[in-house]
Amino acid sequence: MRPTLRLAVAAAALMAATGFSQAQEKLRIGTEGAYPPFNYTDASGQLMGFDIDIANALCEEMQVECEFVTQDWDGIIPALQANRFDAIIASMSITEERRQQVDFTNKYYNTPPAIAVPEDSDLTEATPESLSGKALGAQSSTTHSNYAEAKFPDADLRLYPTAEEYKLDLSSGRLDGVIDDVVVLSEWVDSEDGACCKILTPLPLDPEINGEGAGIAIRKGEDELRERFNDAIAAIRENGTYQEINEKYFDFDVYGD
Amino acid sequence: MSAKSDLRPPPRARRWDAPRVAGHVLMGVWIAAGVLLAIYLVGAFSTDFAQRYGFRMLSGFWTTIELVTLSLLIGAAISLPVAAGRLSPNPVIGALAYGYVYFFRGTPLLAQTFLVYYGAGSFRAELDAVGLWTFFRDAWFCAVFTFSLNTSAYQAEILAGAIRTVPRSQIEAGQALGLSRYVIATRIVLPQALVVALRPYGNEVVLMIKGSAIASIITIYDLMGETRRAFSRSFDFQTYIWAAILYLVLVETLRRLWDVMERRLTRHLVRDDT
Repeated sequence: MRPTLRLAVAAAALMAATGFSQAQEKLRIGTEGAYPPFNYTDASGQLMGFDIDIANALCEEMQVECEFVTQDWDGIIPALQANRFDAIIASMSITEERRQQVDFTNKYYNTPPAIAVPEDSDLTEATPESLSGKALGAQSSTTHSNYAEAKFPDADLRLYPTAEEYKLDLSSGRLDGVIDDVVVLSEWVDSEDGACCKILTPLPLDPEINGEGAGIAIRKGEDELRERFNDAIAAIRENGTYQEINEKYFDFDVYGD
Repeated sequence: MSAKSDLRPPPRARRWDAPRVAGHVLMGVWIAAGVLLAIYLVGAFSTDFAQRYGFRMLSGFWTTIELVTLSLLIGAAISLPVAAGRLSPNPVIGALAYGYVYFFRGTPLLAQTFLVYYGAGSFRAELDAVGLWTFFRDAWFCAVFTFSLNTSAYQAEILAGAIRTVPRSQIEAGQALGLSRYVIATRIVLPQALVVALRPYGNEVVLMIKGSAIASIITIYDLMGETRRAFSRSFDFQTYIWAAILYLVLVETLRRLWDVMERRLTRHLVRDDT
């Protein structure tokens, strides 16, 4: 990190630390709210999803009051650094690039990426050759867009601000395929909106790109907060709360190995 | 011409009153901010960053220029009949042209772009049937289409407004001389109207350049699209500064071009008393 940026981050951390001691009991959680089934807003504007339930369980475990703040995905890390909230719980993969900006807790789930295609697609496999020249959609600033860029360099990669938009373009036929988390895509193709499309194939996880799974991002240097989150994750894994939430959304274990 | 300059009032004495001091202080703050920014950019410059993202940002810059130029030219062509409609004495044509301008000036370009891009997507079957889907399938065409319609409304209003400033007597004088409508339009009305329209046209071009950043959210890699992509990989805030600088360079170039054009178009109005 460059000296000026380090100074800025240090100053932000200092401000956060002083602010934090005054309002010990309140923690602001940043999330995207447009990534079902992990985090989304329902028709009444209520935040829902796996991430939200996990966040609430963790806050209960840590005995703090949690307040959710929604933020566009592209700006979610800068917003954390700018102290708009104290932690990101939004299915953020723990990657090297992001580690240079923020600290992460241990993972709280880990699922592989997948590719979805229209029902009548003539694609049968996901290889660099088969996807060459195909319009492939992804959400920008995600591990999945990085994955597509690295593994399918000849595909015509199109980047969208949210998952909603690539879904629209896949169902209208502008895209030949989309890449995202297997859980996100399976949930969608099973729903009415995603009836147009099917999962082509899950993709193998690449630790270099996908990291170690989804973790909670916090500002650099807030080791105490990170440890509290880690303890809380371990505790809800231990006492069965995690499994309860897992079952509510999925019929398989999303925590991974 | 010394006699003429003697007639001028003597320059007012300029005192250091509060507004003047405040002005200098504010200017100083801006200059200091600019210098700090320049120092930051020099310090933050890394060849690695330039190599990884520099070329892509420049190619995005070029995409922006192409998108804006194409939209402005098509928009200019569409604006001619719309402006004629705005000036038409026929109430039906006038109302149609007014409605067109009213809609495109009254709604955000972002909403118009989404309406065309995702709206077309949900009418795929219908568009397919009439053979238009290949056009609307492409994000680039959708952007050029929307931007052209949008700018044509503004350009029509600029042109119509400028033509209204040409006194009616000029046209009557032309008619009295037995000139054809075409000659009156191209030799009398338009040359005078374009002098008035020049600056508003310049504003519209600048607005279009800045508005074109909207194309980045419908998957076009224009300057803003490439900037967002670079930022999402590097998290380096200088990407946005470089993008701002590139946009500024473009706008400043146009501003100078417009100065040259204004001097050329108004050379008959320059008074020889300096």
